[in-house]
Amino acid sequence: MRAFTYERPVDMAAALQAIARPGAKFLGGGTNLLDLMKVEVETPSHLVDISRLPLAQVEETEDGGLRIGATVTNSDLAADRRVRERYPMLSRALLNGASGQLRNQATTAGNLLQRTRCYYFYDTAKPCNKRSPGSGCSALHGYNRIHAVLGASDACIAVHPSDMAVAMAALDAEVEAQPANGNGRRIKLVDFHRLPGTTPQVETALREGELITAVLLPRPPFGGQAYRKVRDRASYDFALVSVAALVGLDGDRIRSARIALGGVAHKPWRAHEAEQQLVGKSATDDSFAAAGAAAMTGARGYGLNDFKISLASRTVAAALTEAVQQAHLGKG
Amino acid sequence: MPDSIIGQPLDRIDGKAKVTGRARYAADVPASMPPAHGVLVTSTIGRGEITRIEADDAERSPGILLIMSHENVPAQAPFKPSGLGGSRHARAKPQFNGTRVHYYGEPVALVVAETFEQATAAARLVRVSYRTESGSYDLAEGRRLAYPPEHIVVGKTDSRIGDVDRALASSAAKVDATYTTPYQSHNPMELVASLAEWSGDKLTVHCATQLVNSAHRSIASTLRLPLEKVEVVSEYIGGGFGGKLPIYGDAILAAIAAKQLNRPVKIVLTRQQMFSVTTHRAATIQRIRLAAGEDGKLSAVAHEAWTQSARMDEFAEGVAASTRAMYAAPNRLTTHRVVPLDLPVSDSMRAPGDAVGQLALEQAMDELAEKLDLDPIELRLRNEPDRDPETHVPFSTRALVPCLTQGAEQFGWNRRSKIPGRLKDSHWLVGLGMAAAIRPNYRQPAHARVRMDANKHVTVEMDMTDIGTGSYTILAQVAADTLQVPVEAVSVNLGHSTYPETPGSGGSFGAASCTSALYDVCVALKKKIDAGESPGNLQAEGQSEPGSEYENFSQYSYGAHFAEVAVDSVTGEIRLRRMLGIFDAGRILNAKTARSQLIGGMLWGVSSALHENAVVDVRSGAFVNHDLAGYHVPVHADVPTAVDAVMLAGFDDKSSPLGSKGVGELGICGAGAAIANAVYNACGVRVRDYPITPDKILGGLMQQNVAQQR
Repeated sequence: MRAFTYERPVDMAAALQAIARPGAKFLGGGTNLLDLMKVEVETPSHLVDISRLPLAQVEETEDGGLRIGATVTNSDLAADRRVRERYPMLSRALLNGASGQLRNQATTAGNLLQRTRCYYFYDTAKPCNKRSPGSGCSALHGYNRIHAVLGASDACIAVHPSDMAVAMAALDAEVEAQPANGNGRRIKLVDFHRLPGTTPQVETALREGELITAVLLPRPPFGGQAYRKVRDRASYDFALVSVAALVGLDGDRIRSARIALGGVAHKPWRAHEAEQQLVGKSATDDSFAAAGAAAMTGARGYGLNDFKISLASRTVAAALTEAVQQAHLGKG
Repeated sequence: MPDSIIGQPLDRIDGKAKVTGRARYAADVPASMPPAHGVLVTSTIGRGEITRIEADDAERSPGILLIMSHENVPAQAPFKPSGLGGSRHARAKPQFNGTRVHYYGEPVALVVAETFEQATAAARLVRVSYRTESGSYDLAEGRRLAYPPEHIVVGKTDSRIGDVDRALASSAAKVDATYTTPYQSHNPMELVASLAEWSGDKLTVHCATQLVNSAHRSIASTLRLPLEKVEVVSEYIGGGFGGKLPIYGDAILAAIAAKQLNRPVKIVLTRQQMFSVTTHRAATIQRIRLAAGEDGKLSAVAHEAWTQSARMDEFAEGVAASTRAMYAAPNRLTTHRVVPLDLPVSDSMRAPGDAVGQLALEQAMDELAEKLDLDPIELRLRNEPDRDPETHVPFSTRALVPCLTQGAEQFGWNRRSKIPGRLKDSHWLVGLGMAAAIRPNYRQPAHARVRMDANKHVTVEMDMTDIGTGSYTILAQVAADTLQVPVEAVSVNLGHSTYPETPGSGGSFGAASCTSALYDVCVALKKKIDAGESPGNLQAEGQSEPGSEYENFSQYSYGAHFAEVAVDSVTGEIRLRRMLGIFDAGRILNAKTARSQLIGGMLWGVSSALHENAVVDVRSGAFVNHDLAGYHVPVHADVPTAVDAVMLAGFDDKSSPLGSKGVGELGICGAGAAIANAVYNACGVRVRDYPITPDKILGGLMQQNVAQQR
């Protein structure tokens, strides 16, 4: 770890001023940033701890949604009664992430901004275009069992590791960002994270000096919700594949559907075409299997992760089935 | 022995010190003055030469006290590869031994600074240039380089009895399958660490080691110091599993740096460094061939193994050694070949040889049982030998059959469907599997010293270690029982090289070896008391060693594992539901600590079957997933509460006067195969390439889907 300075402002203005300093970085719960600093993947010279900013509230919005403050912890968000009742897939996604201790510490904004867990990204002795642009991608022809099958490029096949963001993508969430000067803006969550292209080091639409202040959830969508995470062990493990699914029924017909996937791409992956294909269909295994296949259109494996393509298709179908069960139970 | 303290499930006597933080581990021990902190720089190539070390930036870094590499390290005793005889763990371990790089992650420099943070930051500023050579990093490809070692860890390299090929050709049923097991890393919770301090010309090293005696000799011989000028202290160890049998660069370099700086120096490896700087379990390729007649009797058992060995230092994992004693069969073959690769040094890891060997053998037995349409327990019962099948000497004790039959009863084995995939629980496929376990019993010479003061308080001194196993507690029980005093009146002092020599903790030989010595010495002390000598400055010291029983009897511990798993029919995810192990390890010295060790071993078997895999990047020779985020072991959610270990009553008088046998490594033997067999029973997918992960199951499930649709 390199030496760094630290401050903990108590208001937004001071935080936004502090981040203008060269080499400065915001610190949330630190569950990922501090690890990365220890191995010198991240080397900020100044940390601006935002834990004392007034951003730890979950509030109801006028349009019937929720405004989740940037520093609301994953544990608090998962346990929030309104989240559990109205956005159960988000609560489940959160509880499927990390461990109890980490969820107590990790924040909403920090969860969105966490970096990939690609082994090669973490090892400064290895080439990695994300960490050291132009050095090459070690995973492309290396140990790529956990890597992306959708939207990757030869420059980077890393995946975004979040569970929370997958559910938020399915829920049409927006990220609220505040620049140092001027008004805040909203970025759709599905547009917040970028695909790697030729610049995998640029991971989000956040501009320099901007602070995430909240995540906005629109009013709860009609339908039953599910979150299914597939992993090698039962806890404390990133998704091989995860699926947030929502199905709204009109009798036996599907009125609306949403599908978002984790563990398959550089961002939470929304499968719009598969969703549209389901509308008007009957809620059967065949429909869901077809949607699972459609969700993986254009998928490409890199060897050891080939299995993710069929795994994701099957998991999409299973999550849709579970969402239908939830719809019948009247949950969501 | 109903009234004996020995065997009672006493809480560990060091438990309170551990949970209250009073137990000092190597990195916690306070030095006489604030120590300087050393951090290792490790190689970033797998094979080649160091051409240049640039340390200018590091030297200008804040707090820097010393930078050491091959360029300025003082002379040390030469390194002798382990193939050349002598004790592997007590030999000299010279550091920065020239410009040669033998493996990725080998220590090449040491940075010492006022603080750990300063040393860590400066270590990253040391720039090492290399001339890289192409190396061999792939076991499967390296098989063409395989050669027969002179001997395996314990035992001969090969054994051949009868004609396996002919038996196979004429058998009613046979299995011929290849199984692979991956690299595994010990990575105990406590990192490898040393604190070295000089007082005049005398060196004290607090280090995390399983073998104080070997560490003492290794440090002294490396630094060319007389033994009496070196003291090694290792009072508490946070897990060893074989990974702390040797000492590593931290101990030697801390001693050298402390001398040069004239102040204490502490070196703690990072978690990432643990993967390459310390030893690991070698990956294996195993071919098993079994042949049986329609009566279910084995006519041939062949177990051939290829294992990785570091090119710089041979280690021949005894994969098939216990297969020699497991089942009766007239035609037999076991072979061991090592594949020299440019990888870090492999060495013993919990039940070396047996843990991986039984992952293969016991899965093959399950496959044979299916081909014979026999229950897998029945197959084992029909092949129970009446004496050692290869040495032909009698077994000292062997209670495998009661382990199998009692376990079947207790576990509800009759719930198992013979046909895989029949038991369903919503989208889960549920299966039951079993495997047998065998582990050699070793005993070695050990010494002990016992004093009794005027208040009849007893003090035991031995250089034995407690690596979390319960050594402190069982030694107190043996002393209390033999001297007829309460356990509370016994102080057990371990882990100092100034105490009488023992073999330490390794190979499950610690308990039998040390309790035998302590028992003999306590008996001698008791004789003094009985002869009228009054307590107070009473002392006895002595040793005990095994006699010819080891040659005249086949000595093993046994067990049977039973597991129930669920396999997700959609995703291939595998979850353990319950597990039972029944064990025969002679007399149990403490029912609680023994059970804990057995359960720990069983769960490591689960881990071997489903999780652990230290992946080598065959392009560079580096372990890719070199931290505990990437190297998986089971977490709490993976382990249901329905896991139990039951110990059969026993007494093996050929093993030790107290009748005990080794228990620490028995639990892992066969455990993973029980899981693999349960997975097959659940879903009908046979995975021979460990670990069994969802991707491997998924392929099989999809093939089944296709087959069903046809």
